[in-house]
Amino acid sequence: MSSSPEAPVEASAGPRPQPSSLSDLFFSFTFLALQGFGGVLAIVQRELVEKKRWLTREEFVEDWAVAQIMPGPNVVNLSLMLGDRYFGLRGAIAALAGMLALPLLVVLCLALVYAQYSENLHVAGALRGMAAVAAGLITATGLKLVGALKKNPLGLTLCIVFAIATFVGIALLRWPLAYVLLGLGGLSCVMTYRKMGKKGT
Amino acid sequence: MTISMSAADWLSLFAHFLSLSLLGVGGAISTAPDMHRFLVDQQGWLTDPQFSASIAIAQAAPGPNVLFIALLGWNVGLNAGGGLPTALLGMTITMVGIMIPSTTLTYMAGRWGHENRELRAVRAFKQGLTPIVIALLVATGWILATGSTYQVRNWPIWLIAIVSTIIVWRTKLHLLWLLGAGAAIGWMGWV
Repeated sequence: MSSSPEAPVEASAGPRPQPSSLSDLFFSFTFLALQGFGGVLAIVQRELVEKKRWLTREEFVEDWAVAQIMPGPNVVNLSLMLGDRYFGLRGAIAALAGMLALPLLVVLCLALVYAQYSENLHVAGALRGMAAVAAGLITATGLKLVGALKKNPLGLTLCIVFAIATFVGIALLRWPLAYVLLGLGGLSCVMTYRKMGKKGT
Repeated sequence: MTISMSAADWLSLFAHFLSLSLLGVGGAISTAPDMHRFLVDQQGWLTDPQFSASIAIAQAAPGPNVLFIALLGWNVGLNAGGGLPTALLGMTITMVGIMIPSTTLTYMAGRWGHENRELRAVRAFKQGLTPIVIALLVATGWILATGSTYQVRNWPIWLIAIVSTIIVWRTKLHLLWLLGAGAAIGWMGWV
């Protein structure tokens, strides 16, 4: 483990925006987490890829794949990996703390308030309305990332076949996630590996 | 409800969440059924409504949904009857238990993967999973919007989900406006 985590191997043109300090990292992730109702992923994609440009769309999907396949909460995993990349272990801890500290306080306050209003029909309705919007946010995040498939070595057609099969398995047939990841995911990785070999990369 | 928690009980609470941590592939929520079995059915440390409310509140609140685990611990602590100190103790025990194994593993795997990102196997792994994880996102939205059963009377929820999908996909409107609109529509009793 001799190479430094922030080694500038990326051969992209021009300097890439980066978090300027540990506190920048902490507050950026706090800010993300506090905007993320019903899951933080949609806001992470918009802020880190579209606004701050710390990651390209392609990098985001790749990191998300790792964060998703590792055990534990996905967005927490993602914050940990990104924090580590910029500032090593300290960065990972700062990003993780940012993701959890203030939201934890908010959740506790809500739990105390909820104890008073759990019977209120308006409150229950508002929660349902927000949940419906949150479902849309997650779907839209997925749709926005479809563009990242164009550069995939698997080729667009095969990508779409795998994506549709995954959607049908999870959303319609309700297969367990582990089967889909191991089965379809495994097959997809093997085929990608072979295609990469043919191109001589 | 009041329960009494011995030191051994706290320890077994910690051990249980520690052991579930690495099983939570796809998010900690996938281990919720087992937490329910342990906390509600087996030990009787939480009531059913407390368990469901913990999940609902964490999903309605901003931040990662894994915070429902903090609320589970918080409620166990409250039930233990020691007020704020035991509530904080319960919360710390469940959160630290669920986080330590998975974050350690992810940290090391993420670091190894980034250092070896030029390896063909690593690139094939990440890129091969790309179509899968994109479809998983769409599928997650689908499941959240339709619930476990497809009931036609839920059509307002589907409509809101579809409209917000299109708006987020095609515009740069701030997400909080959408969530606020969803909350307002729900408050009026239209969903």
